[in-house]
Amino acid sequence: MTKPRTHQFDTLTLHAGSAPDPATGARATPIYQSASFVFPDSDHAAALFNMERGGHVYSRISNPTCAALEERVAALEGGVGAIATASGQAALHLAIATLQGAGTHIVASRALYGGSHNLMAYTLPRFGIETTFVDPRDLDAWRAAIRPQTRMFFGETLGNPGLDVLDVPAVAALAHEHGLPLVVDSTFTTPWLMRPFDHGADIVVHSATKFLSGHGVVIGGVVVDGGCFDWDGGAARGKFATLTEPYAGFHDMVFSEESTTAAFLLRARREGLRDFGACMAPFTAFQVLQGIETLPLRMARHVANARRIVAFLREHPLVASVGYPELPDHPDHALAQRLLPRGCGAVFSFDLAGTRAQGRRFIEGLTLFSHLANVGDAKSLVIHPASTTHFRMTADDLARAGIREGTIRLSIGLEDPDDLIEDLSRALHAAGKA
Amino acid sequence: MRVDVGGRVVYAYTGARAPRAGQPDVVLVHGAANDHSVWSLQSRYVAHHGRNAYAVDLPGHGRSAGPAVTSVDALAGWLADFMAAAGIGRATLVGHSLGSLAALAAAARAPDRVAALALLGTAVPMPVSEALLDAARADDHVAFELINGWSFSAGAKLRGNRQPGVWMTGNAMRLMERTAPGVLYADLAACNDYAGGLAAAGGVRCPVLLVQGARDIMAPPANARALAAALHDVRSVMLPDCGHAMMSEAPDAVLDALRAFLPVSQAGA
Repeated sequence: MTKPRTHQFDTLTLHAGSAPDPATGARATPIYQSASFVFPDSDHAAALFNMERGGHVYSRISNPTCAALEERVAALEGGVGAIATASGQAALHLAIATLQGAGTHIVASRALYGGSHNLMAYTLPRFGIETTFVDPRDLDAWRAAIRPQTRMFFGETLGNPGLDVLDVPAVAALAHEHGLPLVVDSTFTTPWLMRPFDHGADIVVHSATKFLSGHGVVIGGVVVDGGCFDWDGGAARGKFATLTEPYAGFHDMVFSEESTTAAFLLRARREGLRDFGACMAPFTAFQVLQGIETLPLRMARHVANARRIVAFLREHPLVASVGYPELPDHPDHALAQRLLPRGCGAVFSFDLAGTRAQGRRFIEGLTLFSHLANVGDAKSLVIHPASTTHFRMTADDLARAGIREGTIRLSIGLEDPDDLIEDLSRALHAAGKA
Repeated sequence: MRVDVGGRVVYAYTGARAPRAGQPDVVLVHGAANDHSVWSLQSRYVAHHGRNAYAVDLPGHGRSAGPAVTSVDALAGWLADFMAAAGIGRATLVGHSLGSLAALAAAARAPDRVAALALLGTAVPMPVSEALLDAARADDHVAFELINGWSFSAGAKLRGNRQPGVWMTGNAMRLMERTAPGVLYADLAACNDYAGGLAAAGGVRCPVLLVQGARDIMAPPANARALAAALHDVRSVMLPDCGHAMMSEAPDAVLDALRAFLPVSQAGA
């Protein structure tokens, strides 16, 4: 049978969403550093405002550089479109605020980035949105947590920091059975390691600050619409009024009728970007685009380096355990082999066998690894989650998220792996003497 | 809006504005495995500029109940039934691809009820490749992939959506994937089997607009020459660097072509 040829992933990382600039011939995507865009005439202006024509009006709502990035990430994820946001947190907030309001509920994995946990556990309740956190591996717990007010399932493709692998197909199937979308944070995996829509997820959010941009120089986020979820069909009927009922804030638009496939994205842009305003700056979009151009090359190196470091740490006497799903003793080993055939990323945690003081000495003994709160940089990074990213969590919550006092999180960069191993080796030696 | 046609629910998107008595009516008819949403920009413009827009979901598509109609002549009859059910006496018909054939046949069948005809991405005849028909008959996903591969011009496969942030080919794929098994084959077979196009063209009494993509390989412009010759009041717009999926690829150019043409239809109404 004739099989059509489509552009492959590596080609899309370079070309999706952008072409040589028609006005100047510039080959790189220009930074359209303009707050607003001139209307050719009054009729055109009115048509843009009323969504009769496509185009840009004001850079809070859309911008050509950001649009190039949005198309590119949507293409790489296999979605229908995307919205670039001011940060990964803004992307998650935009997804939630577009789908639900006061009186609703989320079921979320409890293996989350501390910032996402803060938003759901402490801040959203003030706006009437409650979250039940569940063991991501326990499907019965997901099911039992569902309430009539539940509007989404949320989890990370690779949980932070223990690398719990989310069983996206199983959790998505359960969500769909109850008329709920599965929203996943795919920051640790990027579309190079996993395309969550291929496994049943409905909305993907990214912190573009991490591997997508890859160089630790910008704060940004992306929310991507898979375009498959039927917002007013089956068990979802009646749950998503923001998409299926007339919206007085846009001439009684019914988003699900306006766009069969991208109703979520439409509301997120027309309401969420318009009113909450957490848009991405064009310069940021340019830098994320630059980063994505080398995403396949970088991710392959990140993963190869991480494997070397994992192998080294596993053999070291001062290391009690290493949590990396490619290891046979990781609880998600089999799942990772199925969902993450290219690898399990470059962020992982290990537990020092020693005291808390030895942990501190270890981190302070590193020279190539930078002690800071970020991951997914080209440079290698290290942090102690219990005292930093997850410090607001109670001891019980920490334990449930797989974090101990001695847990160290590494983000493996693109340096020569032998140099990284030497750096770790020296710091472990210093810790051993502390 | 929803109306009952032959005991089945039919949905038509009216550009988020209820039809008003006394305004000219414009019915927009989508192509194979599509629905009303392919016309979202154009239908909103029509509805907010003094006309009533009805971007209809054909049976078995979008929000209209099935089954799909299996021939162009039957679709033409169905369009007349829809217009009657919606209280539309006379309308301008705007059709894309399969929808253009249905509109053409409807205009020939009831000339007094069609004020004007805009045929986008049309060809007469409209043969469908065996490979595509085979894949569609088998409900193989490859059929959607072939359509996507052939419907967008080379540049548009990679970039350039006028609607910010929407990935055109991904969006088109998801829309097609929503159709029930068998619908795409019914649509494509209706195109492939329709032999009455030139005869229908001879029976059309109203002004006709042809809008074609210079890079359309699903309905190549050359395949509409005989149709143009058979129509007695026809004008053509050629969209440069545009493929078959013209409402996505060149929404402004499509709208501009319609804007220039609709007053002609009104004059004839």
